[in-house]
Amino acid sequence: MTRNAMIDEWYPVGLASQLDAHGRGTALMGEPIEVRCGEDGTAKVTGGNGRVLPTCIRYGHVWSSLGDPKKPLFAIPEADQPGRRLVDVGVVRVRCSPLRAVENFLDIAHFPFVHTDILGSEPHTEVQNYKVEIREDEDEVWATQVKFYQPQAAKSAEGGITTEYMYRVPAPTCSILYKTCPPHPGEWDVITLFVQPLAEDLCDVWPWMALFDDETPMTDLIHFQQTIFVQDRSILENQIPRLLPLDPGMEIPTRADLTSVAYRRWLKRHGYTYGAQLVAQ
Amino acid sequence: MKLYDYVLSPSCYKVRLMAALAGVKLSIRPVDFHPGAEHRGPELMALNPAGSIPILEDGDLVLTESSAMLVYLATKAAPQWLGNDTAVQAARVQQWLSFSHRLTASLGAARLHEMLLRPGNIDALKGQGTAALRELEAGLVEQSIRGQRFLASDRPTVADIACFPYVALAPDGEVSLDPYPTIRLWSRAIRGLDGFIEMPGIHRLHELKPEPVPEVGEA
Repeated sequence: MTRNAMIDEWYPVGLASQLDAHGRGTALMGEPIEVRCGEDGTAKVTGGNGRVLPTCIRYGHVWSSLGDPKKPLFAIPEADQPGRRLVDVGVVRVRCSPLRAVENFLDIAHFPFVHTDILGSEPHTEVQNYKVEIREDEDEVWATQVKFYQPQAAKSAEGGITTEYMYRVPAPTCSILYKTCPPHPGEWDVITLFVQPLAEDLCDVWPWMALFDDETPMTDLIHFQQTIFVQDRSILENQIPRLLPLDPGMEIPTRADLTSVAYRRWLKRHGYTYGAQLVAQ
Repeated sequence: MKLYDYVLSPSCYKVRLMAALAGVKLSIRPVDFHPGAEHRGPELMALNPAGSIPILEDGDLVLTESSAMLVYLATKAAPQWLGNDTAVQAARVQQWLSFSHRLTASLGAARLHEMLLRPGNIDALKGQGTAALRELEAGLVEQSIRGQRFLASDRPTVADIACFPYVALAPDGEVSLDPYPTIRLWSRAIRGLDGFIEMPGIHRLHELKPEPVPEVGEA
């Protein structure tokens, strides 16, 4: 029962740039799948019993679904804006619930402690008030007007600045972060976390970015994002319980956790519970 | 000195850490190890036919073994880190420098398998890693009985830096450090060194910040 609602969603299953005819074995929600490049040059994904799964290529990745997706993959209009650099960060496997990986991405309060001197620093630990909503028309979770003090927001930045963020959850295991972009005032840098659920407590995480940055070498952009994510990895692997608790009796959130509260509420409303713990144990 | 570096590589981190502790400034040349496999590309293969990183260049000197890089940095800038006061100490340093390759081949390979999906027999790697950790724990216990906190001496040497990263990151490869109290104390001592730098997965000691001092006269 817990799989039903999430089975029709799209999930990332590999980098488009690494597709080959030889194929790669991986998994989606416990089912072994194979991702390869077909003879016609398009991506082919097959499930455990050889059945052909829906496929699309978008945002640097191959996407697939075990079920029957009701709508196309969510839109990121900024991804098609000319002048942006598209960064394939590469996969990192984490022994945690796919939902926990997304929830951690939505959290700001840990910046000074886990991403010390990069995304935050002590004593600038306050999370100022921000706005959270579940947008009914798009059926997405949004957090806006998020501001945080950052010691080194960009390579060019001398000293700390306050950076503004927006967070968006368009699918149960995907999140998009919009971050103010110093070289292009008025535009937002796009940093995504695409999570492939392998099992309820195991996932492959595929970060991806669409940035306005003509100067930083590609490898530096990749390494920056890998640094941030691997700093999170050891924390994620030690969270207890392993599954994301959806029972409100399990934890006491603070104001800084508003996005997480909305995300959990939205998951529960849709029955997106693969990787979730429904009743406190 | 130019280091061909990958930010998530424990072997590259050894060199960055030793340089920081010895006060040597490195010029970093980032290598797209993952997902780009740049270390297997023609430019780096020409420099290091083994296809591994780190690679350290200093003038005509090209080093491809991290232990040699540690010794080079220490000899140039911080000779006290060589640990060659006595024959026994020098031999212990060499013993642990060689031993560190077993950590790379076991715990390092387990980590690459579990984190970046590299092929490998994970059960065998974890077993070999556990055996190496037990040997290290025993070695550190013997050192503590001799009144010495580090692998070859009462102060840190290149041997400690060679062994520390793969040990500290063992949990990344699903090998727990819980059973090894002496390793954890040793790891803490290294993280507390002046000039210590972190890498993703090895956090700094936040608790080393000064304690807040209560104001005089308060109850």
